[in-house]
Amino acid sequence: MIRKTVPNVAEALSGVKDGMTFMLGGFGLCGIPENAIAELVKLNVTDVTCISNNAGVDDFGLGLLLQKKQIKKMISSYVGENDEFERQMLSGELDVELIPQGTLAERCRAAQGGFPAFYTPAGYGTEVAEGKETREFNGKMYVLEHAFQADFAFVKAWKGDEAGNLIFKGTARNFNPCMCGAAKITVAEVEELVPAGTLDPNQIHIPGIFVQRIFQGEKYEKRIEQRTVRQKA
Amino acid sequence: MLDKNGIARRIAKELQDGYFVNLGIGIPTLVANYIPQGIEVEFQSENGVLGMGPFPFEGEEDADIINAGKQTITTMPGASFFDSAMSFGMIRGQHVDLTILGAMEVSESGDIANWKIPGRMVKGMGGAMDLVASAENIIVAMMHTNKAGKSKLLKACSLPLTGVNCVKKIVTNLALLEVVDGGFRLLERAPGVSIEDIRKATEGNLIVEGEIPEMILD
Repeated sequence: MIRKTVPNVAEALSGVKDGMTFMLGGFGLCGIPENAIAELVKLNVTDVTCISNNAGVDDFGLGLLLQKKQIKKMISSYVGENDEFERQMLSGELDVELIPQGTLAERCRAAQGGFPAFYTPAGYGTEVAEGKETREFNGKMYVLEHAFQADFAFVKAWKGDEAGNLIFKGTARNFNPCMCGAAKITVAEVEELVPAGTLDPNQIHIPGIFVQRIFQGEKYEKRIEQRTVRQKA
Repeated sequence: MLDKNGIARRIAKELQDGYFVNLGIGIPTLVANYIPQGIEVEFQSENGVLGMGPFPFEGEEDADIINAGKQTITTMPGASFFDSAMSFGMIRGQHVDLTILGAMEVSESGDIANWKIPGRMVKGMGGAMDLVASAENIIVAMMHTNKAGKSKLLKACSLPLTGVNCVKKIVTNLALLEVVDGGFRLLERAPGVSIEDIRKATEGNLIVEGEIPEMILD
């Protein structure tokens, strides 16, 4: 067994530098790597490019890095819940590349799986396709999109083992599996880190080969963005 | 005239047994409340769940189980979770039968704009561009006119596009329309709404052929 465990978040993020490109899993605040984000704030790395579906909210998630102006560029699909983000974007302080959500996921998966580029119908005929190669297949038009290149991927899973094998829970899975192995170094944080041999190999969502470092997060706030309930009849 | 729930009720009549359906944020979400009796449909949410159920009871919310609007939800028997790449594989691969989404503008050739107002509002397209580029059956749920009273059914969209030649049907507070060669074909009038009312509120070419029935909502 090849061990991937590191003792804490500080070691997990060793080698992180100014100007790097990071991938961060999560949809809204669901399944975000809370501990890695807190450490990035503490390390105060700047001029970073973040590939993440959303940009957090003003006081949580990637919003924490935005507040400290650590982010130079965001590559996202939806950024609606963050006033500071909108302010920095409209003032030109922050470079923003908005791309279709499926394209974002597939550009991660392409990097993970060794494809330099792929064709997708998403965005054809819109400003997203401007300057990009387009091509017809079977009478339909497609846009050429490229695999991401990133220095670190920060992902969050529910359970993981010493070998870096990961299991996700619910919709906290989202972009996390697609980002594993899609950057030079993948750092996985988990709610529960268990000895190798504990998890059933049949139930593994991401094999440890895609993960270079794994640690158990100290705490998880798991903030809910839109608490919606129904009344008992 | 229909309110938002009325629009959702009319769209729900387009659901067919065995459909997998993706619901956008806003009016489309309400469609889930009006599934016709005797049919089975499953709702897909692009953040990675198929078989979405109603909101949880108070105290039973799970931060790890949300929909694409980031609302806490539950799952139905037979539900499944998956990652974002697989989710959009379902969408691009046309395994999802029907997409219902909102719009700021629709053109008479079926173009849709719903993600950006230059200089004012830039929230992003989320999954909308993937959905409209791939879905075979797209229904738009929206008000016929905007808050300034201007038509949202146009000859050509003025806002940045989300997709081209993709919208099939539109249900508004005034009418059910189909996008055909040459314009918006009027299929049904909302209760109490005249053809003239609809004509006045439609900037794009409105095609009216034969008797136009009033909607029946049951």
